[in-house]
Amino acid sequence: MTPAAGPLVAVRDLTVRFPTRHEVVEAVRGVSFAIDRGQVVAIVGESGSGKSVTARSLVGLAGDGARVGAAELTFDGVDLREVRGRAWRALRGRRVGFVLQDALGSLDPLRRVGAEVAEPLRAHRVVPGRQVDAEVVRLLGEAGIPAPESRARQYPHQFSGGLRQRALIASALAARPDLLIADEPTTALDATVQRQVLALLRERVIDGTAVLLISHDLGVVAEIADHVYVMKDGRFVEDGPAAAVLESPSHPYTKTLVGAVAGHARRARPASPAEPGGTGTTREVLRAEGLVKRYTLPGRGEFTAVEDVSVTVGAGETLGVVGESGSGKTTLGRLLMGLLRPDAGRVLLDGRPWDGLRGTERRAARRRVQMIYQHPLSSFDPRYTARQILEEPLRADRTPREERDRRVALLLEHVGLAPDVLDRRARELSGGQRQRLAIARALAPGPQVIVCDEPVSALDASIQAQVLDVLTDVQERLGVAYVFISHDLGVIRRLSHRVVVMKDGRVVESGDMEKVFDHPEHPYTKTLIDAVPRFSSRSGGVPRGADVTSA
Amino acid sequence: MPRSLWPWAAVLVVLAVMAAVPSLFTGIDPDAADLDAPLRPPSAEHWLGTDQNGRDLYARIVYGARPSLLIGTGAVLLALAAGIVIGVAAAQLGRVADQVLSRSLDVVLSVPGLLLVFLTVAVLGPGSGTAAVGLAVVSMPGFARVVRSEVIRLRSAQYVEAAHGFGWSRAQVVARHVLPNAAGPVLALATVSLGAMIVASSSLSFVGLGPRPPTAEWGAMLSDSREFLALAWWPAVFPGVAITVAVLAVTFVGQHLNRRVEGRLS
Repeated sequence: MTPAAGPLVAVRDLTVRFPTRHEVVEAVRGVSFAIDRGQVVAIVGESGSGKSVTARSLVGLAGDGARVGAAELTFDGVDLREVRGRAWRALRGRRVGFVLQDALGSLDPLRRVGAEVAEPLRAHRVVPGRQVDAEVVRLLGEAGIPAPESRARQYPHQFSGGLRQRALIASALAARPDLLIADEPTTALDATVQRQVLALLRERVIDGTAVLLISHDLGVVAEIADHVYVMKDGRFVEDGPAAAVLESPSHPYTKTLVGAVAGHARRARPASPAEPGGTGTTREVLRAEGLVKRYTLPGRGEFTAVEDVSVTVGAGETLGVVGESGSGKTTLGRLLMGLLRPDAGRVLLDGRPWDGLRGTERRAARRRVQMIYQHPLSSFDPRYTARQILEEPLRADRTPREERDRRVALLLEHVGLAPDVLDRRARELSGGQRQRLAIARALAPGPQVIVCDEPVSALDASIQAQVLDVLTDVQERLGVAYVFISHDLGVIRRLSHRVVVMKDGRVVESGDMEKVFDHPEHPYTKTLIDAVPRFSSRSGGVPRGADVTSA
Repeated sequence: MPRSLWPWAAVLVVLAVMAAVPSLFTGIDPDAADLDAPLRPPSAEHWLGTDQNGRDLYARIVYGARPSLLIGTGAVLLALAAGIVIGVAAAQLGRVADQVLSRSLDVVLSVPGLLLVFLTVAVLGPGSGTAAVGLAVVSMPGFARVVRSEVIRLRSAQYVEAAHGFGWSRAQVVARHVLPNAAGPVLALATVSLGAMIVASSSLSFVGLGPRPPTAEWGAMLSDSREFLALAWWPAVFPGVAITVAVLAVTFVGQHLNRRVEGRLS
């Protein structure tokens, strides 16, 4: 690449402030780092630590009203503090590519994917106009998108999450930038897709592109980063070569982060409700027999979301449902809840089919199966305070006022929330508090089963661990059963007694958790388990799940 | 509320009091004709001058506030109530009901609004009440459509789904979660419509389909002034200013309230 002295990016004492009417929010408080060509530098930290703002200030997109200051801020010898308007645009897209977490939000829904990828090519006249189409197809192919000629003519909604993210990377790499900034590029993706995207990034690094990776997922960071900076409250608390930082963290905060991930494996799942290793010995509370759910597609033809699925859930046990997005996990959850009517098969709650229940009886039965969603905020009425949220299920069965107060206090205690959250609205709570509130609300009607649909996948690692602990405690205390839907095998492994693995709407494998994880029979299960990024993949360090069964 | 809106809020308060108790603002009888003093320019005795019958224009504008504002407000309230009922019914009562109701709304919308108002007033006879009903018929489909689409949007919201899980009935869920959360866009439309309805009701009076003379009404006063425009500007300008100021105040304050509601919900 361009032979120039010094690192590609040099940042010294960067500060970013957001003045508001009442106070000045300091998002970044004096960080220094450098990125060399062909190097992968990762900034890890939890949401709100300032890592995204740090990356964005490199391209002048720190945000509305941001005050960026630095002793040094250079990109390939250019002083970024002096860059204005037009000069920024020459940098963005051409010299610096940007990949964001939310691939659907970053692609224009009304434009074909090919046009999106072509944009940087045309904007910066990278290749002559006549060659743009060919170049787009080449880029899409390079990003690992099958049949790039036809895919280029499709719209973003026709792409799966993984394909969208790859298209976005293709677009970011179109102008062959010297630096690629990837902000949580794989967070929304399933394990196998994640691995493909990481492989694609790694290839570019070999070609000499520098990558600034922003992530809270230490597995991903361990997989490709050369150098890691750990960020907390706008400062770097630790940095060093990736292997060193992740294996022998010296700062307590880094230890928490690393511990939270490893904790997936370390903490034992709750004791089996029946005899150790026994299944089917507990009383069965929920049973699905031969469920089928099909959707007619707008054009023609049908899409089978769930095909001949049978599962049982015993009292107080956790059934893990694993699979990638689109495998029918969520549809299965909604069928079990009685929210969807199956096209064939039936769901029995305590031996009675949903279909046989009408009116008041059906409404009473609903209270026995509750749900926890991936995004708790959207499952709360935006007008409600935490107190109103918790009281609602109690009002629905006419619990008297004094009794309600007592039950609300008890629910808070179960999930470890302080009573001072009660007068706040859900959006004023942190992600972890919101999910605790969601658990408390799900417990309020006194359910036998709670369907948890990806309940922790939107949370940071250390918060994930806390929420999983709450779920475990609640199960031990109240004996509620969980249907736990997730694409994260670490999480599934930690909580489940039994597991079903879903692919394309079918159950491909099921059985006791130990058996499925340690001796997977179906090739798909093996792929899933192998695809999980872990620290050991590089260094042979702490294994993420090797010794879990002895716990 | 920002300082710049205070004058407009004050105007709204003054107009509301004027409509409620006009005698607080003037001791002059708005209908007392003084045929010896027609079309007198503004003076100490007649602040805004007199009309062709020698009636005091200031008193007529003060007493005209009630009919002028009440028709528009009443029309919006009627349209809102009917729109909510029809919109919720279309969204909740199944596919057939939705088709029937939605297509009926399309039919109402496809008839020119003015024609529909004339038709309603012609059938029911002119007057304040019928003018309000006529305007409500024209603006109701807009409300019904917004309510319907909001209900359909919120029906699949997770918190609505969760509420079903607590054992509420469908009607209870709509009342507790769907309608309160649909209020934002619906009220936004209502405040925008209020300004438009005040103008529309003045137009109806202008063409003689509003309250019967000699009731003072701003639109009717404008209409009366036309013949004498070459002789006197004041009978035309002051009612016009009254209409303009009232609509601006409603619009500005309404927009501010909408922003407040949006800010609270997002």
